[in-house]
Amino acid sequence: MPDLHLTEDRATDAETAAIDAAIAAVGVDPAIVFEADRLVRGGVHRKHDRRHALLPALHALQNTSGWISPGGLNHIAEVLGVPPAEGYGVASFYELFRVDSAPDHDESVIHVCVDSPCLATAEAKIAALEAEGKHVHRSPCLGQCERGSTDAAVFIQGRNGPDSVPADQPDELWELPQRGEPQLKLLRNIGRIDPTSIEAYIGAGGFTALAAAFEMGADKVISEVTESGLMGRGGAAFPTGVKWRGVAEAEGPQKYVVANADESEPGTFKDRTIMENDPFSLIEAMTIAGFATGATKGFIYIRGEYPLATTRLQIAIDASRDAGFLGSGIARSSVDFDIEIRRGAGAYICGEETALFASLEGFRGEPRQKPPFPTTNGLFDAPTAINNPETLLNVLPIMLEGGAAYGGLGTERSSGHKLFCLSGAVARPGTYEVEFGPTLREIIDLAGGATGEIAAVLMGGAAGSFVGPDALDMPLTMEAVREAGTTLGSGVVMVFDTDTDFDAVCIRLAEFFRNESCGQCVPCRVGAVRQHELLVRAADAAPKMVLNGEVQLLAEMDLAMKDASICGLGHTASTAVRSAIDLGLIGSPS
Amino acid sequence: MTAVPVTLTETTVTISVDGQNVTVPDGASVLDACTAAGVDTPTICYAENLTPVNACRVCVVEMEGSRTLVPSCSRAAEDGMTVQTDTERVRHSRKMVLEFLGSGTDLSQAPDILGWMADYGADPDRYGADRETMDEEVKVQDNLYIRDYDKCVLCYKCVEACGDDAQHTFAIAMSGRGFGNRISTEFDITLPDSACVYCGNCVAVCPTNALQFKTEFDLRQAGNWREEDQDVTRTVCSYCGVGCNLELHTQDERIVKVTSPNDHSVTSGHLCIKGRFGWQYVHGGADD
Repeated sequence: MPDLHLTEDRATDAETAAIDAAIAAVGVDPAIVFEADRLVRGGVHRKHDRRHALLPALHALQNTSGWISPGGLNHIAEVLGVPPAEGYGVASFYELFRVDSAPDHDESVIHVCVDSPCLATAEAKIAALEAEGKHVHRSPCLGQCERGSTDAAVFIQGRNGPDSVPADQPDELWELPQRGEPQLKLLRNIGRIDPTSIEAYIGAGGFTALAAAFEMGADKVISEVTESGLMGRGGAAFPTGVKWRGVAEAEGPQKYVVANADESEPGTFKDRTIMENDPFSLIEAMTIAGFATGATKGFIYIRGEYPLATTRLQIAIDASRDAGFLGSGIARSSVDFDIEIRRGAGAYICGEETALFASLEGFRGEPRQKPPFPTTNGLFDAPTAINNPETLLNVLPIMLEGGAAYGGLGTERSSGHKLFCLSGAVARPGTYEVEFGPTLREIIDLAGGATGEIAAVLMGGAAGSFVGPDALDMPLTMEAVREAGTTLGSGVVMVFDTDTDFDAVCIRLAEFFRNESCGQCVPCRVGAVRQHELLVRAADAAPKMVLNGEVQLLAEMDLAMKDASICGLGHTASTAVRSAIDLGLIGSPS
Repeated sequence: MTAVPVTLTETTVTISVDGQNVTVPDGASVLDACTAAGVDTPTICYAENLTPVNACRVCVVEMEGSRTLVPSCSRAAEDGMTVQTDTERVRHSRKMVLEFLGSGTDLSQAPDILGWMADYGADPDRYGADRETMDEEVKVQDNLYIRDYDKCVLCYKCVEACGDDAQHTFAIAMSGRGFGNRISTEFDITLPDSACVYCGNCVAVCPTNALQFKTEFDLRQAGNWREEDQDVTRTVCSYCGVGCNLELHTQDERIVKVTSPNDHSVTSGHLCIKGRFGWQYVHGGADD
């Protein structure tokens, strides 16, 4: 540990108490830290032992003081052995932490989503809130897109109190459009059982998949998952069985399972649907993953703007532990597994798996070059199985029905069930589950059909691409969309009608990447800015954006970002914009 | 009992660089292999005495089996790899990286980068006159070195030299996000208020002169920085018994800056405040 050099700023009593409580809550005892420091000074390892408590401590400080105060940061630095410059570097990385100055008020801050589909109503909403004297912050997608078609989504960042989402109705069962339909496998419990009751979960067949997994043994669990052909549902579509096998065979005294619940891809809200309404299923699936891979510790890294999901997951974790489904000797077996929740703090990039690890470890959410891959060098440099919640949920029917049977669903190369996030110009926006196979048109019809004439559909979110009405008969399978040159990504189907201002939509998409690039590598850090500037310039020059030679320049930038960026953010930062140009949605003189 | 011959074997790997097989020690990087093959590779964030961070992406090469280009500085060479260093794709990405850097950063004191920009045909003016740039004022907070972040390419070298790779002081870190990233102390407090111990190792690794000796800064301001008239004299630091080698850069018979050779076994290019900045006595007094 470095000899810390701190300024004279001191934390207030309230800050100290909040920070110490947050640090203690993640298993680092501030009192013991000080005692140990007197005995053993130094040792970089000691620093890393505690550093994972940095993000929780910063959350506590932000909540108490409304910003990361110099005194509060000094206290965190001292307790965790983190140099204050590094602590500041981490805090300044995240949207939810204010570092520039103390706020001139002690109220909550209202984050208003300015991404599509909220974009159309965001400015009116912001003006109305500001007229009421509220403190407003323009936010990237808040993952409530099913609400955003008519009224921009908001998230309230609490001050000396909990965060909240006003639209959440915690006491009511979710009105899932497909609620209770018999064919559901992933959403089967949603809206049907009380998500805070383990009795209700067990009554609905909960933990029988875990029992089946224990029965078949770790090796067979992985074989069944492999046989099912399950591919990751977060966007990269990597075979889950291969990933788990890699972790199981990797060497290391400690392995981890991480649920990547940093659902920040604009247009995506399926994992929120799952976590808010069926948190026990995620717990059960993660436990199966832990059993299969030999990991005894799981983390759920959940985005900071999901307060209801966070609360319900915590209730589910506590209840599962009390009932013997988490902890040591799960369900009277010799298997140990436990789960901890960590909250992100507003950074799209932290959904990239290596950035997520860095963030959870208490560093800036900067991705790193792969290889090595997480299966051998993941969280804390240990073998790690990292999966999206939707992917994990697929494991439950695989355990109960067998890999072959589940793999027989859907098409040959896209097996099983898939969730789609319908938003924008559809009658009933929401999360929908289908067996792989229906066309784009059929999925839009599932959501009540389009509310206007369809001009384009954004597939896969900001990192995806637009398709035109001629693509409506494309089956939404991995292979068919790839052939059509688009992507399923995280399952976003955002419908735009002919009234859409695509100039504004695309400029905002470009701004999204400009704001969300971590800034580590040059192609993405600068390329995303130049792309945004170029579109703004072209739009300012005429009533409607016209692109001529700029199309070539955009293509050149795109190629460099795709070829030379470190991670997927840079690789995909131009995809949607360029597809909009190709479809004539923007840039054409007419 | 059979005798087992014991031989000292060095493990090596062989990779193909532009069609030429080169053999390098196990653990060497693709960049090392390129160098061994006699291929010049531009690098900005890479330094032989620091851990590669592969942030600048100017050293990318095309690798068989890889969808994207690969940063040669931080990819370990493996047996059977095939890389191309001068394809259209490689040249394009290198050009764009240089162009992007040139479009936002003052590279006027980074002759290597300017040279590569010319080589690769980078034209930063394609991005319009009103583009966002680093747009930073020079920070002059003491008499030892200045920080001109208008020239900063955010290569992380100074952060590494201040932290894990050399000094373990951690006075500076990357802060902000995206294009707003800046090298900073906590809350941008001044260096004298920070943990900085003035070893100057950050200055030594800076590739663009964003960090420079105050002596150099003053001479440049006066229009009297004449690198072509400078001598470099290698000597041993006179302060303690460690034996750090110093390179005294002198102009008009006065020391204007001090470096240490990267390949020196004691320093690896790094010094402490005394060796780096404590030369005033040579001129007969601190204020002389």
